[in-house]
Amino acid sequence: MEVLHVIWFAALAFLWTGYLVLDGFDLGVGMRIWLRGRTEKQKRLMLNTIGPVWDGNEVWLITAGAGTFAAFPMWYAGLFSSLYIPLTIVLVALIFRAVSIEYRGKGHTDRWRANWDRALGLGSAVIAFGIGAMLASTTLGLPIDANGDRVGGPFAWFSWYAVLGGLAVLGFSWIHGAAFLALKASGQVRADALLAVRRWLPLAVAPLVVWVLVVQWRYGSVATWAAVVVAVVALAGSWLAARADRDGWTFACLAAFLVTGAISIFAAVFPVVLPSTVDPAYDLTVANASSGDYALTIMTWVAGVALPLILVYQAWSYWTFRRRLSEVHIPEGHEVRPAVLPR
Amino acid sequence: MDPLEIARWQFGITTVYHFIMVPLTLGLGPLVAIMQTLWVRTGNERYLRMTKFWGKVYLINFIMGVATGLVQEFQFGMAWSEYSRFVGDVFGAPLAMEGLLAFFFESTFIGLWIFGWDRLPKKIHLACLWIAVLGSVASAYFIIVANSWMQHPVGVEMVDGRPVMTDIWAVLTNNTALAAFTHAIFGAIGVGSALLIGISWYHLWQRRRDGIDTVDQNGRVVVGENPAIPGRDREDHSVWLKSLRLGAVAAMIGFAGVAVTGDVQGKLMFEQQPMKMAAAEAACHDGTSFSVLSVGDLGSQNCDDVKGLIEIPGLLSFLAEGDFGTPVRGVYTLIPEYEQDYGTNLPEDEIYGERSGQEIDYLPLMEVTYWGFRIMIGFGAAATGFAALALWIARKGTVPASKPLMLLAVASIGAPFVANIAGWVFTEMGRQPFVVAPNPDPSGIDGVYMYTAAAVSPGVTGQEVIFSLVTLGLIYLALFVVEVFLLVKYVRGGVVSAMPELAAHDHYGGDGHGGARGPHSDDDVLAFAY
Repeated sequence: MEVLHVIWFAALAFLWTGYLVLDGFDLGVGMRIWLRGRTEKQKRLMLNTIGPVWDGNEVWLITAGAGTFAAFPMWYAGLFSSLYIPLTIVLVALIFRAVSIEYRGKGHTDRWRANWDRALGLGSAVIAFGIGAMLASTTLGLPIDANGDRVGGPFAWFSWYAVLGGLAVLGFSWIHGAAFLALKASGQVRADALLAVRRWLPLAVAPLVVWVLVVQWRYGSVATWAAVVVAVVALAGSWLAARADRDGWTFACLAAFLVTGAISIFAAVFPVVLPSTVDPAYDLTVANASSGDYALTIMTWVAGVALPLILVYQAWSYWTFRRRLSEVHIPEGHEVRPAVLPR
Repeated sequence: MDPLEIARWQFGITTVYHFIMVPLTLGLGPLVAIMQTLWVRTGNERYLRMTKFWGKVYLINFIMGVATGLVQEFQFGMAWSEYSRFVGDVFGAPLAMEGLLAFFFESTFIGLWIFGWDRLPKKIHLACLWIAVLGSVASAYFIIVANSWMQHPVGVEMVDGRPVMTDIWAVLTNNTALAAFTHAIFGAIGVGSALLIGISWYHLWQRRRDGIDTVDQNGRVVVGENPAIPGRDREDHSVWLKSLRLGAVAAMIGFAGVAVTGDVQGKLMFEQQPMKMAAAEAACHDGTSFSVLSVGDLGSQNCDDVKGLIEIPGLLSFLAEGDFGTPVRGVYTLIPEYEQDYGTNLPEDEIYGERSGQEIDYLPLMEVTYWGFRIMIGFGAAATGFAALALWIARKGTVPASKPLMLLAVASIGAPFVANIAGWVFTEMGRQPFVVAPNPDPSGIDGVYMYTAAAVSPGVTGQEVIFSLVTLGLIYLALFVVEVFLLVKYVRGGVVSAMPELAAHDHYGGDGHGGARGPHSDDDVLAFAY
């Protein structure tokens, strides 16, 4: 087992986990704006809690994809080509999510805003489900041949665990978004969000817990089971904190649950990055899917400098916008009219 | 259905579409940052207005670049898995660097800039914009490093039939990449500045049309104001005049840079991919003259059908070699050379599917290369000419009252976009039938090449690619309409569309909270909110 393979597997696990924790709440907030925003002011309040940070959070996904390409090209090629149709749909959802955040406030009819709310909410839900399905597929297997190409047609990727993984990230994002709003908003928005966490947390995270357990049952070791125990403790902590009205702890424990749960999954599947359901001999592993040592060494240096820096400046961004928002902070919308003399 | 052709269309359409947004982001970003720098240094309200207005236009476009860029990051693996496997060792690195060293900066700091007007000290807020803009420029550099490796593979050795990176420095300083990167950045500045010129012209014209500004008998502007139209005060005039002049000067710099870097890039291409340049000239035989206009049937892919109508003797040699006499190789000279080096038929290999063993056509589509090259240069030159004209026409402080001239100015915004797109289509299609072009020159690594026919994902069906082509195509079309609609709306609104506080005293409502003024408390409304 080469050190460089371990480093890059860990780096990608870090990027994926970072994406799920950070964009997870953006996606949840997007869904809540669509389904749970009672008034226009409330919807805008919710949107502005993620406004300054969502774009930076999304880059974790882009970098996870590009990092996979650089470090494990066979994994990148096999996984993404196998999931051609679902990934196309995820891309469409990512496009709509991004554009709706920027454009929803730039029209002034109710219909305009309602349409963008739908694009934002549905887009967020589809992203969460699709990314979850993809990660579950890469941990539990796809029908790939010796070359790493999918066999069996456009829908051969479909499996019960793809659905499970989809529900896992969807449910987690939904509740993580609510926990984020409980922490970042005030008034009715906060009260609704906190109530949602208290009421739905056990149900919403259940698919993620099942996914974690399935992976452990299949590949687990003592160490990864230990991570599961920590995850469960964090989860219980989050739920108790929500009941005790402690927003910060609720959010932090939920994030800790996701992080330890993801660690237990990634650590358990290592060194396999994409199991083949056709023949275990076709499994893609860190050894047979990776780039050469030189490329990995260079990328280790780059990531070693860049990732700590990224953590620092993203933390600074969160610190800058640390204020809890309320409806009084949201300015009135203004209509944009042509600057011409009426004729 | 054959996935290869559809996948090529799919990649081409999504990439060209992405590259409508990107040069505007790359070109407008530095200009907005310059405006804000002037505001921070002088405190002049005019520059704050310019920053806010052009910043708004920048952001409406920025998000589309971000959204369509996501597709780019994933589709190599989705539709081109064999390509990804072949090049991953060397091509993945610049893409990952783009994420780690460019996109994170760009996206985090653009968020800080958008929402930071009242949260950050002025200078730090300005620094956030510069960091975001430099992040965009860095992302252009890394992606062009990746693209240039496909044009001119360097820094690798072949191990078991795959290129393995041995020298990252060679990849990052690939002469093709340095020329193409600077060429693209200057081209983007041309795009951004043409937008400044066209829109400022429109507003100066609108002010005259509404009787706000007039001209005296010497043709000098007499600036007025009209309180009935929000934002149409005296300062407004200087916003547009300054913007127009800044745009015109930046355009000159941009287009001069494009010409110089384009010349360098062209000379490299004559060396590295002689067939691309022969096809750009649609020339059968070795020659020295550049064809300005040719007639005949380019589509027949037979250069004997093409007759030069207007030719400039010696120019082709100058473009290729810097003198007027060295003959430049034509298609008839090159095809046997390619056949000798790379064979007459594709290898018998399952990777080529039904194309295995087929005869190779080394000649790129001449219609595309010939016209792509000329459209690029023609529209670039037209935009330069118009920028110079605009600077001259506006010398007395405003633009003519003529509506057709105003419409021409607005239409001229499109010229550098067309030039940019034509240039990329030319260079990418001129590389065919290779996706990674073999380089005969001494600075490239011999024997590193890949046919496009071998690059497509073997497991992906034609139906799947059609699905993504149609889905993304329709969505891109719809979003293009939305973006243009919003741009037109905000542009017509003038500065007030980005600074509602300017209209605070009239029926437009609003609370009149200006971003940069006064101490703030925790109950203040946000200076900016979605």
